[in-house]
Amino acid sequence: MAMDERRVKVRVSNLYKQFGDLKVLDNISFDVLEGEFLCVVGPTGCGKTTFLNSVTKLYEPTSGEILVNGEPVDLKKNNISYIFQEQSTMEWYTVEQNIEYGLRIKGIPKAERRIAVDEVLEMVGLKDYRKYYPRELSASMVQRVVIGRAFATKPELLLMDEPYGQLDIELRFKLEDELISLWQRTGTTVIFITHNIEEAVYLSEHILVLTNKPSTIKRKITNNLPRPRNVIDPDFIQLRNEVTELIKWW
Amino acid sequence: MRMDKKGSVDTVIECRHISKEFTSKRGTAKVLEDISLQVRKNEFVVLFGPGQCGKTTLMNVLSGLDGATKGTVYSHGQEVTGPGSERGVVFQSMALFPWLTVRGNVAYGPKARGFDKDAYTKKSDYYIDLVGLKGFENAYINQLSGGMKQRVGIARAYCNEPDVLFMDEPFSALDAQTRYLMQEEIMRIWSTEKRTVVFITNNIEEAVYVADRIILLTNCPARIKKEYPIDLPRPRDYTSKEFLLLRDEISKNMDRTL
Repeated sequence: MAMDERRVKVRVSNLYKQFGDLKVLDNISFDVLEGEFLCVVGPTGCGKTTFLNSVTKLYEPTSGEILVNGEPVDLKKNNISYIFQEQSTMEWYTVEQNIEYGLRIKGIPKAERRIAVDEVLEMVGLKDYRKYYPRELSASMVQRVVIGRAFATKPELLLMDEPYGQLDIELRFKLEDELISLWQRTGTTVIFITHNIEEAVYLSEHILVLTNKPSTIKRKITNNLPRPRNVIDPDFIQLRNEVTELIKWW
Repeated sequence: MRMDKKGSVDTVIECRHISKEFTSKRGTAKVLEDISLQVRKNEFVVLFGPGQCGKTTLMNVLSGLDGATKGTVYSHGQEVTGPGSERGVVFQSMALFPWLTVRGNVAYGPKARGFDKDAYTKKSDYYIDLVGLKGFENAYINQLSGGMKQRVGIARAYCNEPDVLFMDEPFSALDAQTRYLMQEEIMRIWSTEKRTVVFITNNIEEAVYVADRIILLTNCPARIKKEYPIDLPRPRDYTSKEFLLLRDEISKNMDRTL
C-alpha cells in the first residue's frame, strides 16, 4: 500500500469539551490530511455535532487544540465552510444570491463574484434556476443550493453535519455522487458527519468511529474501496457491517 | 400480487374503489383515487410512497377515522362506518396522555370499555411487558425516551385487542439508530402476538425490513402503483443481496416527491 504523502491539514490534539458537568468529548486526537474525505460516525448523541462545532470555534474547547495548516484554527484566516443539519437556505434570497452570500461577506468584488457564482451554478446544475427562490425548488435542489453556497468560497475545509439525513435513498445517492464529484474537482478537505453507515462507506477515505459520551475515538478505519463504489459489492457490505458492529448498541 | 379471492374469510380489511376528496373555499383537492385493496389475517402490509402522497388519508379511511368520498371499506365483510376498538391506531406523534402513567395509558381502552380493575391491570401489564417496558408501569410519559414512548403507544394499541393495528409512521420521529432498534422490536412483538398490521412509512429500508407485502402508492392523488410481496425470511438482513436489490427496485419505481 502506497504511503499517503499528503500533508496534515487538520490536527486535533487532546480535545476535551465539557458543558458544566456534562463531559461530551474526552481526549480526542487525530489528523486529517489535505484533500482527505473523512467521515465521522458514532452512536446518537455521542458528540459528533459538538466536535464539528469545536473545529469551527462555535464552541471553545474546554482544553486541547485544533490546528489547521499547523496553526490554531482562526476563522479570519482559514477558509472554512459549514453545512448544517437543518435546512439553511436564506428564503428571502434567490438561488444565485444564496450562493453569492459568502463571497459578499468576504468582500470579493462584484465581477469576481459573478464569475464564481456562474461556475458554481454550473457545477451543481442549477444554472436555469438562478433567479428562483428556495421555496420554489424541490428538496434536492435546495440541498444543491446549500452545497453550492459552501463551495462558492473555495473552502480549504468543508464541514458537513448529516446534510442528507431526511432525503429518500434515490436522492441521497444522487447527491452523494455529486458531492464526490465536487470534492474531486476542488480538492477540498472534507469532514462529514453521518449516522448512516452506508453513506459513510460510500463517501469516505477514512472513517472515525466515536464511542458514546464522553466520546473518544473507538477506531479509525481506512477505506480503500475503489471508486465509483457499489453498495451491493461484497467488500462494501463487509466494511459496512464491520462499522455497524462497532457502533451498534441496539 | 393479490392471492385472495374476493370475500375470502381470510380477508380482514378490504376497500373497494375508494376515492377521497377534500373540499374547501379554495377548491377541491383529490387525495385518493380509486383504491382497492385487501389485507389478509395476520398479514403485515406496508403502505409506501412519496411524502404527502395520501398515505395517512388512506389509513384514516381504512381505520374508520375518516370517511371516503366514494367507495366502501369492509372489516370482516361488514361495512366500516366509523372508528372502533377492532381497529387500533399508533400515531407518529404518539398522542399519549401526559397526565397518566404508562399503565394508565395502556389500560385506557379496556378501562373505558368497562373491564374491571383486575382485568385491565392484568391485560395492560402483559402488554407493557411484551413491548419491553416491564418495570416502567408507574413512570410518567415525560420520563421516557422517544423509543420508550412509542413502545407505550404500541402497547396501548395492542391492549385493546384490535383485529387490525394501523401504524402511521410510528418511528419517523425517532433518531436513526433508535429507529433500527424499533424495527427489530416491532418484528419481535408482532411475531409473539400476531395481528393484522397496516403500517405506513416513507423509509424504504424500514418497509422492506418489516413487510409481508409493500403497496406502493403514486404521488397525490394516490393510486396503487404496484404491489410487492416480500418473501425474505425473518429476521431480515439489511445488507443481504436480496434486500438491497428489492430496496433498489422499489425506490427506483417510487414517484419523486412533488
